[in-house]
Amino acid sequence: MPKKEMIKINGLEKHFGQVEILRGIDLAVEEGEVVAIIGPSGSGKSTLLRCMNYLEKPSAGSISIGGLDFAAHNIDKMRADIGMVFQHFNLFPHMSILENVMLGAIKVRKVNFAQAKEEALALLKRVALVEKAAAYPLQLSGGQQQRVAIARALAMKPKVMLFDEPTSALDPEMVGEVLDVMRDLARAGMTMVVVTHEMGFAREVGTRLLFIDGGKIVEDGKPKEIFAAPREERTRQFLSKVL
Amino acid sequence: MEFDFSLVWQSLPLLLAGAAVTIKITAISVAIGIFIGMFAGIAKVGHCRILRILATIYIDFIRGTPLLVQIFIIYFALPTITNIKMDPFWAAISACGINSGAYVAEIFRAGIQGIDKGQMEAGRSLGLTWAQTMRYIIIPQAFRQIIPPLGNEFIALLKDSSLVSVIGFEELTRSGQLIIARTYGSIEIWSTVAILYLIMTLTIAQLVNFMERRLCRFTVRN
Repeated sequence: MPKKEMIKINGLEKHFGQVEILRGIDLAVEEGEVVAIIGPSGSGKSTLLRCMNYLEKPSAGSISIGGLDFAAHNIDKMRADIGMVFQHFNLFPHMSILENVMLGAIKVRKVNFAQAKEEALALLKRVALVEKAAAYPLQLSGGQQQRVAIARALAMKPKVMLFDEPTSALDPEMVGEVLDVMRDLARAGMTMVVVTHEMGFAREVGTRLLFIDGGKIVEDGKPKEIFAAPREERTRQFLSKVL
Repeated sequence: MEFDFSLVWQSLPLLLAGAAVTIKITAISVAIGIFIGMFAGIAKVGHCRILRILATIYIDFIRGTPLLVQIFIIYFALPTITNIKMDPFWAAISACGINSGAYVAEIFRAGIQGIDKGQMEAGRSLGLTWAQTMRYIIIPQAFRQIIPPLGNEFIALLKDSSLVSVIGFEELTRSGQLIIARTYGSIEIWSTVAILYLIMTLTIAQLVNFMERRLCRFTVRN
């Protein structure tokens, strides 16, 4: 059976004023793929990810998620199917952990309170934080907050999960717990796009690796092959610095 | 010149009644001010250009002209144009409320812009609309942040409400004036009036302090 195409990007360009960030990106991601995006800072990798749920509006080109083109559909409805995890967690500090996870289900998916609560508790259990349900975000460690952020995104039952450097703001000893949650998610078959500096994670969990530089996809292939023998000189230079 | 305590004592019931009226018009004006100010403040940061321009005109006009002149416009000038004669009470609360709204709008605008933009992005990425994100995520957080400046605005309004005495509305200052006209006890009455204002403003300051501590527990790390 052919796999379903989850993300389809054609001729994507993005510039802020005169500064060109993305210069023509074409990308197709199938269901169940775990795509790791690496590249130097300023290469456009975060902008590419943010374009995938229209937090950045493309200057040119088209983006479809699950077969639906952003340009032709309601952006809010599209976003409800796309989970986003941010570098700085962005939990809602005035709501308890449970309320954070329930909000989207109640206000967007229009699930009733009892069911939203049940789903939220199940998700908190999945990220091993069910005992923190009544706590507030700022009472949690960075790693715990990021796991809640993942649960909050999953509460929308998304088709795709986007991760924008999810471990970059964490103390080193907390990186592992977040990556573990993401690894479980990948095993469960979630389609994921992860902008990351964690080369170990990209190699081990990623089914595909994109190296981006200068607003273009420079290399695209299996992580193990690229790490072992990059085809492009620029990739080789970058990897020699980070590995 | 002697300070006549018995005059203070005799006038106290009337002055206290005046103070109660001052509290009443301040409270109503504050409610109007928050209502107008919240919408004008949101309009200022929103995407709709027309609303943004209207809010800017309103805020600039109110903040750029004296409250006393605004009271005159509402009480004396407006009736001659519209043929609607307002009684001093309605003129007082509409002038104070509309005036306060402009200052509250700027407080709200600053409070909203002070919230990390990641909060808006997190809300929108869940699929919430701009308005929903404002309502459930941005405004509740902004509200906690703006309690201190909002408190200052209410204290300022309580004091400024003395200006409505010029249209003969009998609040604390006007009550004082009327008693002095009868008794010539300028020192006794004005100092009593001042102390009553001071008691009210200090009480509001304490109340605001208390509210701020109660609402801000979530920002405290364990």
